[in-house]
Amino acid sequence: MIRFDRATKKYPDGTVAVDELELEAPTGQITVLVGPSGCGKTTSLRMVNRMIEPTSGTIWLDDTDTASMPAHELRRKIGYVIQHAGLFPHRTIVDNVATVPYLLGTGKREARSRAMELLERVGLDPAFAKRYPAQLSGGQQQRVGVARALAADPPVMLMDEPFSAVDPVVRDQLQDEFLRLQGELGKTIVFVTHDIDEAIKLGDRVAVLRVGGTLAQVAPPAELLSRPVDSFVAGFVGRDRGYRALGFTESGALPTHDEPTARLGEAVPQGHDLVLVVDGEQRPQGWLDPASARGTVEESDLLRGGTLATQGGTLRAALDACLSSPSRRGVVVDEQGRLLGSLTAREVLDLIERDEEPA
Amino acid sequence: MSTAAAYAVPDLAAHVVQAASSSPGAFFSYFLDNRARTLDWLWAHTWLSVVPVLVGLLLALPLGWLARRYSFVYPPMMSITGVLYTVPSIALFVLIPPLVGLDPLSPLQVPIALSLYSTALLVRVVADGLAAVPQDTIAAATAIGFRPVNRFFKVELPIAVPVITAGLRVAIVANVSIVAVAGTIGMTNLGLLFDEGFKLSTDTPYYPPIVLGIVLCVLLALVLDALVVALDRSLTPWRRAVRR
Repeated sequence: MIRFDRATKKYPDGTVAVDELELEAPTGQITVLVGPSGCGKTTSLRMVNRMIEPTSGTIWLDDTDTASMPAHELRRKIGYVIQHAGLFPHRTIVDNVATVPYLLGTGKREARSRAMELLERVGLDPAFAKRYPAQLSGGQQQRVGVARALAADPPVMLMDEPFSAVDPVVRDQLQDEFLRLQGELGKTIVFVTHDIDEAIKLGDRVAVLRVGGTLAQVAPPAELLSRPVDSFVAGFVGRDRGYRALGFTESGALPTHDEPTARLGEAVPQGHDLVLVVDGEQRPQGWLDPASARGTVEESDLLRGGTLATQGGTLRAALDACLSSPSRRGVVVDEQGRLLGSLTAREVLDLIERDEEPA
Repeated sequence: MSTAAAYAVPDLAAHVVQAASSSPGAFFSYFLDNRARTLDWLWAHTWLSVVPVLVGLLLALPLGWLARRYSFVYPPMMSITGVLYTVPSIALFVLIPPLVGLDPLSPLQVPIALSLYSTALLVRVVADGLAAVPQDTIAAATAIGFRPVNRFFKVELPIAVPVITAGLRVAIVANVSIVAVAGTIGMTNLGLLFDEGFKLSTDTPYYPPIVLGIVLCVLLALVLDALVVALDRSLTPWRRAVRR
């Protein structure tokens, strides 16, 4: 657990970066600090490992006042990941990862074999071990940055916009893998971002800070979306928050209708309505317009673009499947990706409305 | 050179071959006739070129670090070192003995002056090299738990190596040429060849010692430069890896 106890950072020119921050980051959870530029989120993060010393107040690491031990010792117990990874350009990847164990006096052989395990764990080919950072892409470097932060197995990790310098596709991948990794490791993480979507995706709890370094609201993401405390938080979490909040509501059993299907390679069916095409194992492949195809059903005839809702998934996924489907009928599949049936947006809306009735 | 010509006049009459002094034959025979003496001078020249650069680097590292660490130190330090570098070498050679209390013809005045020049040149190089280390890298090193001294030697200095070795190349080549000037005040090095050529050219030009001096200075500069390049390559394997 990390606890900010009236932590304040004032600069000599009178600027207040963080103002009496009271916040707790529970053990084993991801606490995201989010807010506009100048809200003191990075300053708050850096006060934890004393890259910035608080002007007043205390930051507790479990029962220890972080100011009570030498800064370098504190820092070796805390993993730290920054935006551009900040790898050491003159060291190989494996030595970058093994840096903290080296500092702690771990033998070279042991530190390196642990580093190799970690590289694999963050999804990097061990062949990268002997390369230098500049030979890796931004996303790969960021994975190395995460591996380096994990190398001494610190209970606490601080992450300062670690995924914001990579392109959106890679960012999404890194976020998913980060969540998977956290599922295995259960670290106490404080994560800074300016991106509310990232905050909502990753955070167990999200703390919204306002300019001047005060806490506006701290809550689980679903609550933040559904019950922002004031207009600042409401404005910051964004316009389509109602829709995004559905991402936190499990749909329960979706009522589905049977959906007529056609198979790849079979004759194009008769009719005017769009037909769902599945493969040999009943997995949806796309929609077919019978009027524009001849002979047999080919891959190239398919209309793609519809997302799939998984039975037992979220209402957001169900509604999105309906809205994105060329036929306006949302496709529902089981966990193995096999077709269960379809439903319409209207039916999902009924579910939403029923869901919101007081129990 | 003429101003200093009166200082020391080696007995050169035996080596004088006045005829056809610009032919390659005259050049080689001059070299062979004076082989032992020339190699001694070359050797002395080499030491005088290298050691002051090493001394200069040792002094420039802490000074450059200071200039980098405390930004208010940088401008005055760059002004002082810049002014120092503009003092003509011959004047510095003459000024140093009284300033540091040495005998006017002490053999130490030249290495001291050259060390000053090298320091002046390298302070800026070290400061700029350290400034070129990415802030992210320094922040990451600190956050990971490097203490300042350890961080300097394990992270900042190694990353600054390419900039520093580029400065070393300039310093060492500049020294080869400045050392020759000290020959004109009688210090033992290849500069004596120019002094000799000057003195033997009273009636008609006599080139062999001058050409020999130029050739050896250039060769020495090339060899020392190549050594610094080799040192740079051995210290920065990561840079070649990237270019591949």
